[in-house]
Amino acid sequence: MAAPVVRTSSAEVLPPPTERYTLLGWLKKNLFTDWFNTLLTFLALGFLYLIIPPLLRWAFTGAEWAVIPANFNLFMRGQYPAEQALRIWIVLWLTAIVVGFTWGVWSKEISPALVVVAAIPVLLMLVPFFAMETRLKLLGVEILGVVGYVIGRRVPRKHNQIATWLLIITLFASVFILRGFGPEQTDSLWARVPTNLWGGLLLSLLLSIFGIGFSFPIGVLLALGRQSKLPAIRTVSVLYIEFIRGVPLISLLFMGQVMLQLFLPEGFPPIDRVVRALVAIILFSAAYTAENVRGGLQSVPKGQYEAAMSLGLSTYQMMRLIILPQALRAVIPVLVGQFIGLFKDTSLVALVGLFDLLGIARVVLANPDWLGTQQEVYVFIAILYWIFSYAMSYASRRLEISLGVGQR
Amino acid sequence: MSGQAQQDDIIILQNVNKWFGEFHVLRDINLNVKRQEVVVIIGPSGSGKSTLIRCINRLEEHQSGEIIVDGIPLTHDVRNIEKIRSETGMVFQQFNLFPHLTVMENITLAPIHVRKMKKDEAEKIAMELLERVGIPEQAQKYPGQLSGGQQQRVAIARALAMRPKIMLFDEPTSALDPEMIKEVLDVMQELAESGMTMLVVTHEMGFAKEVADRIVFMDSGEIVEVGTPEHFFTNPQHERTKLFLSQIL
Amino acid sequence: MQQRAIHPSQERPPFWRDERVLSVISQIVVVGIVVGLLAFFYTNMVSSLREQLGVPIDYGFLKQTAGFDIGESLISYSRSDTYARAFLVGLLNTLQVAVLGIVFATILGIIIGVMRLSTNFLVNRIATAYIEFLRNVPLLVLLIFWAQAVFFKLPRIKEAIILPGPIYLSNRGIAIPWGIPTETWPTYTRILLGGLVLAIIVTIVLRERGKRTGRMPILSLWFLVTLIAVGIIGWFVLPQPPLVLDRPELVGFNTKGGRTLSQQFMALLSGLVIYTAAFIAEVVRAGIQSVSKGQREAATALGLTPFQVLRLVIFPQALRVIIPPLTSQYLNLTKNSSLAIAIGYPDLFAVAGNTILNQTGRAVEVFSLVMGIYLFFSLTTSLFMNIYNRRIRLVER
Repeated sequence: MAAPVVRTSSAEVLPPPTERYTLLGWLKKNLFTDWFNTLLTFLALGFLYLIIPPLLRWAFTGAEWAVIPANFNLFMRGQYPAEQALRIWIVLWLTAIVVGFTWGVWSKEISPALVVVAAIPVLLMLVPFFAMETRLKLLGVEILGVVGYVIGRRVPRKHNQIATWLLIITLFASVFILRGFGPEQTDSLWARVPTNLWGGLLLSLLLSIFGIGFSFPIGVLLALGRQSKLPAIRTVSVLYIEFIRGVPLISLLFMGQVMLQLFLPEGFPPIDRVVRALVAIILFSAAYTAENVRGGLQSVPKGQYEAAMSLGLSTYQMMRLIILPQALRAVIPVLVGQFIGLFKDTSLVALVGLFDLLGIARVVLANPDWLGTQQEVYVFIAILYWIFSYAMSYASRRLEISLGVGQR
Repeated sequence: MSGQAQQDDIIILQNVNKWFGEFHVLRDINLNVKRQEVVVIIGPSGSGKSTLIRCINRLEEHQSGEIIVDGIPLTHDVRNIEKIRSETGMVFQQFNLFPHLTVMENITLAPIHVRKMKKDEAEKIAMELLERVGIPEQAQKYPGQLSGGQQQRVAIARALAMRPKIMLFDEPTSALDPEMIKEVLDVMQELAESGMTMLVVTHEMGFAKEVADRIVFMDSGEIVEVGTPEHFFTNPQHERTKLFLSQIL
Repeated sequence: MQQRAIHPSQERPPFWRDERVLSVISQIVVVGIVVGLLAFFYTNMVSSLREQLGVPIDYGFLKQTAGFDIGESLISYSRSDTYARAFLVGLLNTLQVAVLGIVFATILGIIIGVMRLSTNFLVNRIATAYIEFLRNVPLLVLLIFWAQAVFFKLPRIKEAIILPGPIYLSNRGIAIPWGIPTETWPTYTRILLGGLVLAIIVTIVLRERGKRTGRMPILSLWFLVTLIAVGIIGWFVLPQPPLVLDRPELVGFNTKGGRTLSQQFMALLSGLVIYTAAFIAEVVRAGIQSVSKGQREAATALGLTPFQVLRLVIFPQALRVIIPPLTSQYLNLTKNSSLAIAIGYPDLFAVAGNTILNQTGRAVEVFSLVMGIYLFFSLTTSLFMNIYNRRIRLVER
């Protein structure tokens, strides 16, 4: 020890100031520092007093929640026939095993997020009004998810492309399973179910997932086009992006329903209404993805392009290996925000006559048995939307933190 | 080709001109570099030194005159551009390592994707190069975890992994803290001694004196004077050269 | 350009390897595909339209009689007016809700954004909860909830909720007190106009003086003070006040007097305001936080008072960060007002994209007009934004 300090008597070791940790200390520090703060605290308390008790009273005594369990199947899958509903479970099981597998490939340690996700089926099993059969099916989801995870963990991370391909295959397989084969309206499990019967949360999620999946690559291409050195390509991209961003989604959705068929040659088989809506959503979302990705591209320094070129990489290689990975990483939070927006925006398809979560809510409310339950029904679906959106934004914040470690 | 070009001239610049808009950055540049020669370019900032070497691998396009690298004329022919780029390595002032890739991935990227090398082979070569620049233990780290000097040495290794015939250095030590300059210069010196053809833009006069075969002095887009270090530092001919040397020495 | 002389002794490379040729070809290919696709769509469209409607594209229907009613209108309108007038009614309704929405959403957004930065635990948490809830719920759900579960459930007029004012909330709409112009109103508008001119002159004079002395007065404050002063003086100088307050009152099964706002309008406005305020709050918070602590410290160290620090250092910098995203929120609000169709407020899209389209079947004409109008809003806004951004960038250099 270099410091020539000599203690003659052992000093008493004082505990760190504990004020912060006592309730009173905390209150003083956070609520009552000065008169203004105190005033604010009382105002806030008054506000909460006005809002919360009536809300709780309504939620626990006033509201007729019976409308939710009575129509739960409608909310989840719309008018998808009960005889074929098992197919939705098959899709869920398939998804569980593939998602579990992907998770296992990507992350070898058991993170809190994994525990939370793994707990979801179990928690759902506790929902009081579910039948025993539903609970067993949920148990199936849980088991298959765990099985997938265990398998995935044995696959080294460098093979993560397998997982990506599996996810894509599952996505398309799901549509196939949901759509079915053969004639409509039979009791057979695999009878074809027309998309006008798809609905509820199922339809909302499908529209979101496919909307994101297709609009993302288009958006990236548009972003690259807008950054291109070639003026014609740049102009085309700018025109598209500015046009789409300048008009409301609802106008595109209406246009899709009314005009999409007009654009195609005569005799072209009529396009499914869900597909028309999906096309509008994809075209809309792609323009926003493009602008967000462009922000990421601009954040990549010029030196990265120069280094890549000087190594002899082709333009395609440079973009795929050097520029896009950095650009996309920089805009993950923005992109997730946009995807949340897209998920929320799928509710607009209710206005063109599809029965997504919001559309089905209107169907339920049109039922004379449930007149006057607007508050309950809309609060319920708002909470459903909220849970999914919030989960996505929470996940993106976690991802941002974990990607940020040791990389720049 | 004109008569002055000789068989062992690996880089030939003839009457090269370049403008940025109205600004004439390179004026009638004539310069030949022999195989295994180390040429150091010095001059005040804004004199066109960096633009000159960036023209050689087409990071900048020259507008008139001829550039021939290892017998390949640098024209609008994309195949020639590709060939020349894979035969020249470049080291930048700002390192320009790829921050999302590990050191190892930075080095093996081009050999795997451009030279279509097997991954194991590329990694073996990368390891040898990392040993040569003195940082084999950093292979699995990300560039952000390294010091500036280490990053620049990785950048040199990355350029060398393509087995280039020529190395271009664009102020490789200007962004470094003083204590790290030497480690990079040592690597460069070793490289020069191994017989690499090098074209170096730098402000390090010590390096120029010791390592260069020839020194090129540029000012306002022109080559003012070319000579051996001895001649250059002891007996400069031009007034502008004298003025410049008096300012920096 | 003579400086772009061709390299003297170069044989030209074959065209498929010449980068100049390649760049031209790739552009031609892309543009060709795009134009080809558009032409394909267009010819298909024209041929099917000719079959359905006879004439493919014809805006002549705008001059025909609309023949439908519109729930509310800022200008006089009846079913015997033309489609063009119906369009205009819709457009004005959109503008009305957009302008009011922007004003209120900004006020509420700033309040919540500042609350979000408060050190007071409760205040901070209330703002956070507000933002986190609203940002994760679809606007359409919120609007429909607001309309169907709140405004459409208002009691009958006999049991109307009466707020001080008086404001009557009932299923007949929301009646609020409103100023009615008297005969001096035209004179008063001229006085106000004069006040505006005076305020601009005062501002310019003060700015010039500020430039000379280096101490810039708060121009916007002086502008407002002048305008308000002229307004007040004018009000009392006139022989008769230019506006009299008209309070609504209950008469039979309706309210009389004041101004009655429809439930649809109120649901749309409040839904848009509440939703957009959550986004504006985040913009405001990010803007204020973007000004580094060092700036505040440096300014304080120079001896500026806290108010001066705020006005001269923090505010101008925060504003720079805030204005671009704020503008895009304004645009979003305007575009989102098209969701009015879900709750029966006759905005541009509901009138045109729904009613007119259903009556005439003229999809191309209707959509081109509606989208053209929205595009006009957004392109002019982004034009101004670009000018603003360029000015800011110049200042930074």
